Parts: sequence; structure tokens; C-alpha cells
Amino acid sequence: MSQFDFLQPKSRQIEIEQFDDRILTYVLEREQSFLTCISCGGCTATCSAGNLTSFNVRKIGLSLRRGNINDLSDEVQKCMFCGKCTLVCPRDINIRNVVLLIKKGIAQLETEKTL
Amino acid sequence: MLEKNYNNRLQFMIDKKHIAIIGGGIAGQEAASVLTGLGYKVTILEKNERMGGMLNKWSKLFPDFSSSQLVLDAVKVATDKNLNVICNADIFSVQKENGRFKLSDNSSLDVYADAVIMSTGYNLFDATLKEEYGYGVFENVITSADFEKVHKSGEKLTTADGKAPRRVAFIHCVGSRDAKTGNTYCSKVCCITGVKQAIEVTQMWPECEVFNFYMDLRLYGSKYDALYLEAQKHHKIQFIRGRLSEVSERQGKELQLKAEDTLQGRPLRMKTDIVVLLIGMEACKQNEDLCRDNALELDENRFFKSKNIYNHRNSSTQSGVFLAGSCICPMSVNESLESARSAAMLVDKSLKVQER
Repeated sequence: MSQFDFLQPKSRQIEIEQFDDRILTYVLEREQSFLTCISCGGCTATCSAGNLTSFNVRKIGLSLRRGNINDLSDEVQKCMFCGKCTLVCPRDINIRNVVLLIKKGIAQLETEKTL
Repeated sequence: MLEKNYNNRLQFMIDKKHIAIIGGGIAGQEAASVLTGLGYKVTILEKNERMGGMLNKWSKLFPDFSSSQLVLDAVKVATDKNLNVICNADIFSVQKENGRFKLSDNSSLDVYADAVIMSTGYNLFDATLKEEYGYGVFENVITSADFEKVHKSGEKLTTADGKAPRRVAFIHCVGSRDAKTGNTYCSKVCCITGVKQAIEVTQMWPECEVFNFYMDLRLYGSKYDALYLEAQKHHKIQFIRGRLSEVSERQGKELQLKAEDTLQGRPLRMKTDIVVLLIGMEACKQNEDLCRDNALELDENRFFKSKNIYNHRNSSTQSGVFLAGSCICPMSVNESLESARSAAMLVDKSLKVQER
């Protein structure tokens, strides 16, 4: 039957109960300004890394808020920490620090072997 | 009309109640009409040479493209024996003196009044402060106010070297909802102004492609959404959800924009001939002076603070001083006129209570 897995596709629905908010909590405790993001995309537009790779700094924030932390660990590696995102943010969010905190949060969970 | 040098010290009759209105824009004039109609003596103090305020700069109004001149003509206060209009009077002080208000400008003009209406209006955001958008540096970057000037002159919008634009981009939220400029509030009329002007560009140049870059489209007013629909349906205006990060100039003064198309989730680069910045409304700088000698206060956005924003929107924190129009918060033309009429009624009510 294993060949016929495609007949039982996984649900594409977002399961709110399964959100993993551990990294979000870690970030918000240290960088409260992140709360006010409105997903305008100014950060992605100016992003040095995003112009060359598929890196999208706005989506990093979105994944973080939605608790999709599995997507995060590979993505944040692409950030070059130039800080231009922070300069253009109309909500005055320290985005550079948010990305840094995501990295730290992931590292912490990994050492605790809980990720 | 009284000239300023006609009499350096104006002392008005006090047998009838006298109301001073600071600001001769549409709100100030509308309030004056209501009050003179009720029999009060009214003095309008306008800091510029002519009445009409900021609406003088606008060509057509949203949402139905009627001429701003129609509104200006309609609010023009009729000559009335109870009305004084003093232009070039830049009032910097309002003081309570023996139960009345003394208003002074910097050329020894003093006006005494039983009640005061503030209708000082707004200032336009200075787009040069948003340096990354290049206003004042790149000739083909203009503001919504510049566009109105072109429209009003009857000319068509062209690039700096006089060519027909093949593409025009409108940028929403310039100087509004932007912590970097210190204005975190929404100016609320720029979205619909952007839709209106985008349509006007396609009316001038049917072949021209028009793009509007927005964060959120806030078409809050009656019939505003119908205009948005019209822009999409009949004028093929494209709306892209993404905030502009910067504008740069290329050879031939062509502009390049950088934004994210957030709905596609990818960075976007676009060449365009003209960029129009939809600049927001700011409180008048003089408001700070006007608060100095009394109990008037400003709110967190530097507009005049109302006693409360529900039941007492037109009452300031100083009793006897009332607020009308966009000195309270950003307002459209019709909101401003409504606000002025309710301020006038409130003045009437408060003076009658005093009399009893």
C-alpha cells in the first residue's frame, strides 16, 4: 500500500493548536518591537541577500509568528546581517536583531535537544 | 475687510458676543457662516494673504471629481455687517483675560473674543525627509500636491523633459504610518487621493501604465470603494501590495523602484518615468505656540486634543476654545465642513449657557 500514499495526502490546513511558539516567545521576550509588523515588505525589497537568493526576510517573520519553526533554521542562515531591513522598517522594528534572536533561539533549543 | 494697518489695536464691541476664528480655510469659513447666521459677531483671522487655505491647492475632489472651486465658492462667507476678515494675521498667542480671550499676532494686532474656534488646518508632509524616495533630488519624483498643481493648470503631467510618461507609479503612505518620520498615524485621505490621481493620469494619457504601491488600502469613505472599482475596471490601474524601499535614477532620468510584491513573496524592481508620492497630513507647527498661554493641549500626533473624542470632539481642553476641521486630525473636505458646523453649534450652545 505504501506506493499509494498519494491517495492519502496530508491536510494542507493550518492547525492552530499545533503552532510551536517557543522561538516566537524567545524572540518577543528580547525584541518586543517585532509585535508590530504589518508585513509591508519594505525589508524584503531592500534586502541584500534577498536580491540574490530565495531568502525573504518578511516571510521569516511570518513563519515565526505562525509557529512554522521547521522552515526557519535553514532560512535564517542566508541572512548577511547588513541591517538595511531595520533602516527601512516603517514600524521601527529591529529586524536584524529578530533574525539574530531566531538563530540564538534555535541554537538553544538544539542544545536542549528539544528541536 | 479690515486691513491690518487700518487700526493697530482692534477693540470690538462687546455688547454682542464676539467669536474669533483662527484659520480662514473651508472649516473656518463654514463655521463663520453658521455663526453670523445666528447673529454673532465673527472675526476670521487668516495667516495667508487669501482665504481658502489648503483647498486652494487642490484641483478636483474625490470621490466624484467635482471641482474644488465649487466648494471654495460655496463656503465663501457672504459680506455681513457682523463679519470681519483679517488676512495676514499670524496669531501666536491666545490668552484668557478677564473672562474673555485675547488673541495676538506679532504686529501688535490684538483681538478680543468671547469664544475662539481653532481651524488652523494641517501641513503637508515634507517629502524631502524621506530621502530614500529622492524627492527634491530626482526631477521625476513629485508629490500628490505637485500633481494637483499640474492638474489645476490644465496641463498634462509630463516628465521633467516634457515627454509623455509611459509608466507612472503612485506610492502610498509617504509620511504616514511610518515611525521613521515620526508620524505613526494614518492620514486616511491619501489612499483615495492615490486612486483619484491614478485615474486622472490615465485620463491624461490613456496609453500610460499606472501602478499603485500600497501597504493597506484604506478606502473608508462613502463611495470611495466605488472609485477603486472603477480604477480597476475601466482604467486598468494595477495595485501592488508592497512598501517601496527606495527610488534610484538611471540614465535619461528614468527611475527605478524597489519594493516587495508581498502577495507573490518576491522582491520587485520596476522602471518608471514618474513617481508620485502620496504625502500625508501633519499638524500645523503653529499649534504649539497657540497652546502656550492657555490650557489647550496637543495629542500624541501633535494635533489639537479634544476634550474627548466621542461626545466632545469639537471641544478643546480649554473651555471657551473650540476645534473645527483638520486641526483635530486628518479629514476630508466633507468631514471638515461637518466638523466646522458642529463646532459652530457648540459655540452657540456654550455662549447661551453663559448668558443664563
